[in-house]
Order: sequence, then C-alpha cells, then structure tokens
Amino acid sequence: MSETMHSQDLINFTLNGEEVSAANGDNLIDACEKAGVEIPRFCYHKRMNSVGMCRMCIVEVDTGRGPALQPSCMLTVSEGMAVNTESETTKKAQDGVLEFLLLNHPLDCPICDKGGECPLQDQTIAFGPGETRFVEEKRHFEKPISINENVYLDRERCILCDRCTRFADEVVGDPLIHFIDRGNATQVNTFPDDPFASYFSGNVVQICPVGALTAKPYRFKARPWDLEEIESTYPNPLGDRITIQSSRDQVLRFQGLDKESVNWGWLTDKDRFSFQAFQSEYRVQEPLVRGGGLNRPDRNGLGLVASSWSNVLTMATDAIKQTVPDRIAVIGGSRLTNESQYSWTKLAKGIIGTDHVDASLGDELPPQAILGLPKTTVNEVCSAGNTVILIAPDLKEEYGTLYIRLRHAALENDVKIIELSPTETGLSNVAAITLHPRPGEIAKVVHSLLTGEGPVEIGGIPKELILQAHELVKDRDLKVVYGKQSIAESDQPIIEALSLLKRNPNSKFLPLVRRGNAMGAIQMGMAPGLLPGQVTLAEGSEAFNDIWPNLPNKQGMGTEEILQSAADGMIDVLFILGADPLSDFYDPELVEKALTTVKSVISVDLFVNASAYHADIFFPASAFIEVNGSHTNIEGRITPIRKKVTSPGTTRPDWMIAAEIANRLDHDLRIEKPEDVWGELSPRSISHANVSMDSIGATPEGQLLESTDVIELEEIEEISDTRPFDSYSLRLVLAKRMYDRGTVTQMSPSLKEFTGTSQLHINPTDFKAMGIQNGKPVLVTAGDRNLTVLVIPDKRIPRSIAFGYLNQTGEDLRTLLIKGADSIDIRIDPTSRVG
Amino acid sequence: MSRLNEESLRIANEIINRYPIKKSALIPLLHLAQEQEGWVTDQAMRHIAEILGVTPAEVLGTCSFYEMFKRSPVGEYQVNVCHGISCHLLGAENLLHHAEDTLGIKEGETTQDGKFSLEGVECIAACTEAPCLQVNYRYQNKVTTSDFNELVQEIIDGERSDIPKHGSLAKVRQNISPERLAGIEPVEHAEQPEWLNRNGQDS
Repeated sequence: MSETMHSQDLINFTLNGEEVSAANGDNLIDACEKAGVEIPRFCYHKRMNSVGMCRMCIVEVDTGRGPALQPSCMLTVSEGMAVNTESETTKKAQDGVLEFLLLNHPLDCPICDKGGECPLQDQTIAFGPGETRFVEEKRHFEKPISINENVYLDRERCILCDRCTRFADEVVGDPLIHFIDRGNATQVNTFPDDPFASYFSGNVVQICPVGALTAKPYRFKARPWDLEEIESTYPNPLGDRITIQSSRDQVLRFQGLDKESVNWGWLTDKDRFSFQAFQSEYRVQEPLVRGGGLNRPDRNGLGLVASSWSNVLTMATDAIKQTVPDRIAVIGGSRLTNESQYSWTKLAKGIIGTDHVDASLGDELPPQAILGLPKTTVNEVCSAGNTVILIAPDLKEEYGTLYIRLRHAALENDVKIIELSPTETGLSNVAAITLHPRPGEIAKVVHSLLTGEGPVEIGGIPKELILQAHELVKDRDLKVVYGKQSIAESDQPIIEALSLLKRNPNSKFLPLVRRGNAMGAIQMGMAPGLLPGQVTLAEGSEAFNDIWPNLPNKQGMGTEEILQSAADGMIDVLFILGADPLSDFYDPELVEKALTTVKSVISVDLFVNASAYHADIFFPASAFIEVNGSHTNIEGRITPIRKKVTSPGTTRPDWMIAAEIANRLDHDLRIEKPEDVWGELSPRSISHANVSMDSIGATPEGQLLESTDVIELEEIEEISDTRPFDSYSLRLVLAKRMYDRGTVTQMSPSLKEFTGTSQLHINPTDFKAMGIQNGKPVLVTAGDRNLTVLVIPDKRIPRSIAFGYLNQTGEDLRTLLIKGADSIDIRIDPTSRVG
Repeated sequence: MSRLNEESLRIANEIINRYPIKKSALIPLLHLAQEQEGWVTDQAMRHIAEILGVTPAEVLGTCSFYEMFKRSPVGEYQVNVCHGISCHLLGAENLLHHAEDTLGIKEGETTQDGKFSLEGVECIAACTEAPCLQVNYRYQNKVTTSDFNELVQEIIDGERSDIPKHGSLAKVRQNISPERLAGIEPVEHAEQPEWLNRNGQDS
C-alpha cells in the first residue's frame, strides 16, 4: 500500500543532462522511457518482475558517489540521480553485453520467423558491435523442438533472458518450462515427455525477445514487414485487446495488445490461435436453404443446399409475413458486435414487434443481476490492498486473462481473494482463503461470512473456516466478482447471495457473462422486457417510439420459454443468431423438439453447427475480423472491433442482414453503416449518451458505460430454505472447460485436439470408499435419469461433490440435469459396471 | 520401481516435516533418491515433484544445476580427478591420463563392470595437497600414479571401507532434537508472511 501512496509523489532526476521528473518508486528503465529515452532491454518486461538477467539495460548512474554502471531495470529511480544513457561508458558496456549475448546466437535471421521484429536484431544494429571476436564453435542443440502442440523452441537462438520461464511461473502459475543444466550448457526446456501444457503458452512466443520460441500456426507464413495490422478487440467476455495481423487479405495471427485496462497484452491460446477458425474452409460462404436435388428449396429436404441472397431474404420475410409477431422469436446474438445487436433488436422489437428476444442460452444470470448492482472495473478490483469476494467458475478455464490479472493482484498487490467455489480452482493457491459451499447453499454461506453467525456447519463448510474468512471480510469495502458457477444449480442462491453482499456498504460488483458480447447484448436490449441503454420496455418505449414503430407492449419470453413454446408448436419463425443451443442449452431434447417443430428456423451464423443443421434458411454472416463495430465487455467498456480482411464469399455483417430483412418488410431500418447505430442510440440512451464510433476509438482504454440505475437487483427479504443433503449422494457441478466441442475450438486445427472426454471427477476418498474400479465406466443416476460414464478420482474436488466439464467428447453430462431443480444430487453405482 | 521406495518415502516425509515450506526439502530429497538408486531417475524426480507439490520441470531445473546429482547411471565408485590450476601444475593431466589407461575408460565414462566412473573436475579446494582426487567425494591427497594403482587395487579387493558407495552422501543425516527442528512451531502461529503459511500446508 505504501507503494501506491508514494507513487503519487514525483521526484526529480537528471537524464542525459536534462532535469526530468518521475513517479517515486518507478524502475529507472520505466522512468527513462516515460521521459522519452528508451533503454535497450531483453529480459525486462513491464508486466513481470525484474531479474537483471541480460544486462543489456546497463547505464551510467551517479547517485552522488561518482558514476557507475548499473542495470536500470533493477534500480529504483531516486531524487537527484544523474543518469547517462548516451555516455561512452554506457555505449561501450552495452556493446560489450551484446557481443556476449551474440556469442552463441546462430544468426540464422534469414530463416527465422522473428527476423524483422526481433529485439535482438534491432538492438544489435542500434547498439551492437557489428563484428564478433568469437571464433570458437557455438553451442549446438537439436532445433527446433516442440515444447507443446503449438510452440517450437530453438535453444540455439535462446539468450536465456528468463522471460518465458518467468511468465510460466509468475504470471500464469504453470512452471512447466525451466532452466535446465548449468553454465554454458544452460537451456530452457520442459521435463522429458512433460509438455508445456499451459492454456497461455502462446504468450511466450509473443514476449520472446529473440526467435527461440515460435508458434506453429504462424511458422514461415509471413515476414513481419509484409504484415499489416490493426488494433481491435477479441469478442470474449473480457474484451481482450488484440492486434489483428494479416498479409494478402489473410489473417495470420492475433497478438495481445498491451493496454492498462484489461488483458495487459496477454491472451489465452484459445483466443490467440482461433484466427484459424474464422478462415476455416468450413466457413459458409453462400446463403443456404433446406432443399433437395438440383438445389431446389424443399421444406422436407434432408440437408442444406446453396441459394442466393434474394431468395433467402424473400423466403425469410415471407415466413415472417405469414404469421403474427407473437409467434416469432429470436435467440442468441452474443457473438455479434454492439451495432449488429442493436440492429437485430430494432428489427425484432421495433419492426417485427416481438419481445421474444433473448441472447442468453439459459446459463447466464438474469439481466437485473448483471446490470442492477454497483459497477466496478478490473483495474479497480485488482488495486492494492483490496478484498475480493470471488463467486465464479474456475477463471483459469473460462476467463483466462482475468485469471492472470487476479493472480497478479493477489501475489503482487496484496489483494485478498476470498474464493467461494464448489471445487478447487486455478486461483485457489493464491486466494487468501477458499471456501467450498455446497451447490445451492451459497446464500447461507455468504450470510455467515458477512455476519460471522451460523450453526457449526454452513453449506458444507465448518464454522471455524467461515469465521476465519469473516475476519478478512468484516469492515472492508468488498469487490465482488461473480458469475454462474454451474449449470446444475439454479440462479436463486447466487442472486440471494448478491443481494446480501449489496447490503454491505460500498460493495462493488464485476459480473461475469458466459459468451463473447453477452454484456453488449444486454446493453442493446437483447433480453425480454429490455430496450437498449439499460431500460425496461415499459419505461423506455417513449424514447424509441418515433423510430421503432411496432414496439410490443408486453414482456416477451426468455430462451427457455421460447424453446418450450416452440416445442409446443406456438412459434412459427425462430431466428438463431450465432448460437448453437443444441450443444449449449441445458436441455438438448427440448431444443431438438423445438427445432423440428418450428415452421421456419432461420440461422445466422458462420458455420453449419449442430443447431444450424436444423435450419430451413441459413444466412452466412461475417466474422469479427471482417467487420467494423464495437464490443462491450463485462465492465461495460466499449472498445473498437475493426475490419482487417474481406468477408469471404457473399457473407454479410449481421447488421446488414437485419437491414435487408427490414427492407423486405417494407421498413427502413435506417442503418446503412455501423456509425448510424450511435446516431440513433446516443440521443435516446442515458448510458450511451456520449458514445460514437469516433469516441470509442479515441481513447486507448475504450469508453466505460455509465449505469442508469433504472434496473436494480431486488432486495431479498429472507434466504430460501435449502434442500437437505443426504450423505449417500454427491452434489453435481457442471462447468465449462477452456477447450470443448464449441465451434471456434473445433474449427481451429491448432486447438481441436485439446478437447477432452466426458468424465465425472470425485474426491479420491469418495472414490475409494465407493470401491470404484479404475478405468471402468459406472452407472450414475440423478432422479429418473441415468448415464454410464467414467468416474475418476481428483483431489481438487471436495468430498460429496461430483464435478464434470460440459460439451466434451463422449457422454453428454447434460443428461443428468433435472429440469427446474435448485441443485442436483447424483448416485454412483459402482457395482453395475459395463463392459 | 525407481520411484522412491517405501523406506525412502518414510525418510522423505521426515525431511519434509523439518521445513516450513515443503519445497525447501527438494535438495535433501534428491540426495535421498540418489542414495536409493545411485543416480537420480526421471521417475524419482516426478515422484519428488508430486510429494512436494511442484512441477517435474522445477525439480529437474534444480537437480541439473548441481554436478553431484547424476542423471544417468554411474559406477559404484565415482573418481573425480582435479584439474584445477595447482593440480594441473603438479601433474594432474598426467594423473588423469594414467587413470584412463588404468581403468580402460575415457574421462566421463564408466567401466564395463560398473565399478568405476572417471571425471575431471574443477578445483576441489585442496591445492596444498595437489595433485588430488576424490573417490565418492572422499579426498585422496598428493596422488602419484603408483598411489592410484594401489588405490584401485584396494577398492577392488574391498579393503577401503573408509570409502562408502556412491550416493551415500545423504546417509550423513541430521540428527536434531525435535524441539530444535525448523518449522516445528505451527505455521499459523509463526510471524511469517501469508505465502509462507500457504505453501507450508499439506494438500
């Protein structure tokens, strides 16, 4: 804490003869950079701790005892310090360091991916000797070796700067690469046959200051000087900032963009290497219709056949015209940009006149739980000395860059994380305390946590442990990071817990949504009863009446109800916007029934996924690398999404498809370009009042939306009773894993192999007690549902919990879900072995 | 098989309990593994990683930093001939060549019968006794070629009970009375930073 207080004060020092000021506590290398003098460096990286490994940043410093050479990354700037980065001594020292660093470097720049963007190359030219006096044999290693499926390591090129190994250990907590051997033989490597299996491995390629680490998906694809790049946003819930780099109209890689607010330049491999998916050969490039031979549209046809835009647009609008607004529904839309979301909401609610619009797929918290709490930002959550309540799924699996930020906050910023999670997570070993509330009983636990009162055991947690946590929480301003932890649990307990936390004065909240731009979808009114700008249908109608002529007057249905009434034959036209409910919604049978019952299923997507295969009409949409627009992240931060490459085939941006449909319904959507959305929205929405396409891109950190306070989370009078837990059962937790059978992962050749197989994880003690035979699938029952699946022991799982990852290969664990249950208890029958 | 056996594991747990942070037991455990097999196997390193809650890469990183941990099988008797400057001046090169000829192996190799391994090493800090060598880290001073022949013969004949077998360094175990053991005070009472507390706990 003292560090932040100090950093407010300025101190003065002399840099190359000029008086400059710097923040007290800054590293000298940073202070010089801020003053406009870049000191060469290899090992120093501002998002990691200094190690003083490479010695390149050595400069002449005089602190009153005469000038001496010191590494500027290991030195804190101080009052009156005289620094000379251009003196003969400094230059000679840097020249000498470079000569040493190049002793073993192979100088195979012409065949190196890094050539052209290589700090070693650049700095050798700027500061280096130009010639070597080393005539001996350089050291040799097998080159390159795979350290995992996507990263190659060339140890000959390595200058042992410790960046990748520090990243693995400090930043992401996966120390699977390490310095091995000693002296002249020192190398970076993994343990034999133990790959660098980190979800974040691509980052080491980006931070490697030489060409030692290269990415397989980019290998030999382009030269840096042939790349064009544009700053954009990856449409994940965090809105990670990226640069999209392309050559000859082909995206070749995503790089993390280092801005202060969100991801600090880091990316998960899932996002980094997913550029392949958007350019996959399986992208649908032409409109499709259900049909038969000779490409003839045929409602009873078995598959989808190619068609034309005019044809599919006519078919879609005919379907709309033949029914009434109440029998039309829209689900999905979280993949879209803000502008496309606005366009589709306007089409559905303002022109067609249906409020059956829901972007969530039944696994998001309701909008009032997302919008109705005092907001905070990632930076505010992570600032020094905070107390954070974490009620979330495993951030390492689902929100990779937030995991990195919170891990950093806990380790370096003295942030106390009180983790409430049904199982151990990636953050458990840095959390101040981890409590494992039994699913469905989190409200009780939060109540005891805040009050320090309760019986001897609360929600599966002994009272002493809760009291320990209570000590950390009491009289503190809390930052709450929250999201739905498991789809085998109803929303009610978490909503009650949030309501309790809201009573705590000065609590601030950061909601986690499950899909890309789900926050944008809510902000743009893609939920029943909502309009753009965080207002309800009832309260906001007046503002939109003039341009949304057919606004419905009563609240519509959410995804679950839409699917139910679709299955009951009450829906004639169902739009699915970039979603795959068949794989993602918790009740696949209901989805199947809905999709086969609805007269016209209209898909707007990039791929023919499992759900889109049931479509009658398919509109091929553009991906985020092919459109201009913006994204809203979980903080409510709007950042730009920018077009880098041409949309393949005849695919069109989602907003344009909405505009075309409106046109055929004899209405003008009045959106001819993404900018038009803001022209309509900013005068009508308080929270978007100052937002325009120009303002979004004008600041490096994007634009934060204001809260309107119109939607508020209702106060809960009393905590609901929880179901008694019987000790012969295991309570079910179903969560997401980073890699699953989702479209983007499956369409990226570099990622698709990482999907695992479905299995249930239970505590080793439970496993032993039940006498389950290793490697044999067993019968698992939940009520009247049952499933034969592999059960494995896993010490991250507490007693009496069964944990499974969704959407993996093999058995569908959603089979165990019981509709409408608060929580689900399963039984394992180890005697009924199969096979 | 070449993971830590039951007896080693018992000793390992004893050693781990001496430290407030489990990871601190890494080097003693590597000695233990070397004592068991004569060298440190990959499986033993994995096993150590498991019981200390670190990654195998971290264990390998530490293990490979130290010369005295052998990561491939060596002879029963590890002969280290010093070629530091004092020994060099007093005939270390000659001694090393003689050792190569006598044992019939080159520097860095092990005899067919697995009895002797030969290595040239940097200064072993016995310059007054140059030229010197170590057999299983026991010093032999002012070694002449005939001294060397005699030494080898005595070892073969089993007459050098003062020289233990390779890997036995760890047998010299600390014997500390329980109240003086480090970390004997419950971690939560100790005045220590939070992270010490955390890492010290059993999983």
